[in-house]
Amino acid sequence: MINIKFDGRRDGANVTHDAETSGDETQADRETILSTTNVNFWYDRAKALSDISLEMYKNQVTAIIGPSGCGKSTYLRLFNRMNDLIRRSRVQGEVCFRGLDVNDRSIDAVELRRRIGMVFQKPNPFPKSIYDNVAYGPTVNGYRGNMDELVESSLRRAAIWDEVKDDLSKSGLALSGGQQQRLCIARALAVSPDVLLMDEPCSALDPLATTRIEDLIHELSDEYTIVIVTHNMQQAARVSDRTAFFMVLDDGSGSLIECDDTQKIFTNPSDDRTEAYITGRFG
Amino acid sequence: MISLRPPERQWNSKISQRKRSGVVFLLGTAISTSLGIIVLAFLLVDVLTDGLQEIDIEFLTSFPSRFPENAGLRSALLGSLWLLVMTAFISFPLGVASAIYLEEYAPESKLKRFIQLNIANLAGVPSVVYGLLGLGMFVRTFGLGRSILAGSMTMSLLILPIIIVASREALRAVPDSLREGALALGASKWQMVRRTVLPAAIPGILTGTILALARAVGETAPLITIGALTYIAFDPSGPMDLFTVLPIQIFNWVSLPQKGFHSLAAGGIIVLLVVLFAANLTAVVMRYRFERKID
Repeated sequence: MINIKFDGRRDGANVTHDAETSGDETQADRETILSTTNVNFWYDRAKALSDISLEMYKNQVTAIIGPSGCGKSTYLRLFNRMNDLIRRSRVQGEVCFRGLDVNDRSIDAVELRRRIGMVFQKPNPFPKSIYDNVAYGPTVNGYRGNMDELVESSLRRAAIWDEVKDDLSKSGLALSGGQQQRLCIARALAVSPDVLLMDEPCSALDPLATTRIEDLIHELSDEYTIVIVTHNMQQAARVSDRTAFFMVLDDGSGSLIECDDTQKIFTNPSDDRTEAYITGRFG
Repeated sequence: MISLRPPERQWNSKISQRKRSGVVFLLGTAISTSLGIIVLAFLLVDVLTDGLQEIDIEFLTSFPSRFPENAGLRSALLGSLWLLVMTAFISFPLGVASAIYLEEYAPESKLKRFIQLNIANLAGVPSVVYGLLGLGMFVRTFGLGRSILAGSMTMSLLILPIIIVASREALRAVPDSLREGALALGASKWQMVRRTVLPAAIPGILTGTILALARAVGETAPLITIGALTYIAFDPSGPMDLFTVLPIQIFNWVSLPQKGFHSLAAGGIIVLLVVLFAANLTAVVMRYRFERKID
């Protein structure tokens, strides 16, 4: 299998964003990191995603909101091919990372997942020490630099270093829920991804821990392209630059209703359904 | 507004009756438990009073003999230990590998379900049947003779289904979130299995394996079938040697008419119990140590 390095920038993927949806002039300069074009997805025979075309830009936080069952998580998991693990699932259309179709046969999912990190809904640290949790990714990916430094810098970037530095041999499971989630973020950062996919990272956390993660997302967006799925509209409003609104269609599949700058979505959405959702009339 | 609550007279709480049935159930379970314990204690006391005076260094280090006062179970004890170790070396890798394949790799298919069903059934096949298989295949066809190797292979067949089922349960108990976490970091499938799934499942796998091995140590029928000898007056020194094991030696002593051999049998039972207890203790200690390492 050819080992593709995902740093080529194919022009085809750098589609200029539709200026109509936003007045921002810098829009055209934004580099598209993730995109889907007319993507459909099926779990066995049940259609889960319908015709989704969406772009996510470099060093921005894109939030995906929508009611339960609208396919937000399914959509997110397309990018690092986690849906491969689900038997009899099928994807149609283009899912691109830096202009390369991730489902192309030349793309190795293992290499792809190093470049696209993921943080899950429920914190899932390994039953290992804090150190080993962070060192896991670098080890399996053959990192040959100074592991101690990498572990420290990853924990620092995930804003958890000060809380754990005294005992890195402590089990990751001994931490609180919020700390566990930050440990998982540190673990994801340790393999130097370009993108962080976050699947409702705060839904299992208390408000204080949620605030810390949200602050962290803000800081990380300087360096990483972040896509966050959330149930919490306030959270989307707080952390994201752009927001995509998904909804369940009549056939039970999820579809994109609109995507725009977060401010516009929450103040002046183009679609009535978006407005109905964000004002709490349904969902 | 009409009240949706049912009228009070429709309730009949029968508090005292409900409490009474609770007490009856409690008594029933307590009696069942004590029955088991009492019978076990009675057997233990009986064996200990008969056999304890037989246990000394001489008993452990002497070969069997026609005379009860000279007889010991040296060769049977060594044979059992040989069998235990060799069976472990054969069955553990095979069983765990099969479980990993079935649980982590094999795609869902009718064939897989068929294999699973058969493994579960094999765990229930009488051990003498395995003995016949071992006799036909290992002793005769493979020409291994009545050796420790043939015996260990037969025993491995007997306990493989148990090891596979226990290992699969242990693997299945590892949450998928750990698998996803590993894959999402760019681990390959094998790295995920090797570094995440196996370490989390190993306490359960070890417990199942050691309990299965304990069963193998206590088994008699398959070894009698393949012809493990009763009278062995030398130390087994390699896998191809003839051998006997503790349960066969005990069975043999019990079947002799002289009184002296009967207390020797009781002594043999005590030694066998100690071996089994040691195996189970090992399982508990290993489980504890691995679990502590993980939490």
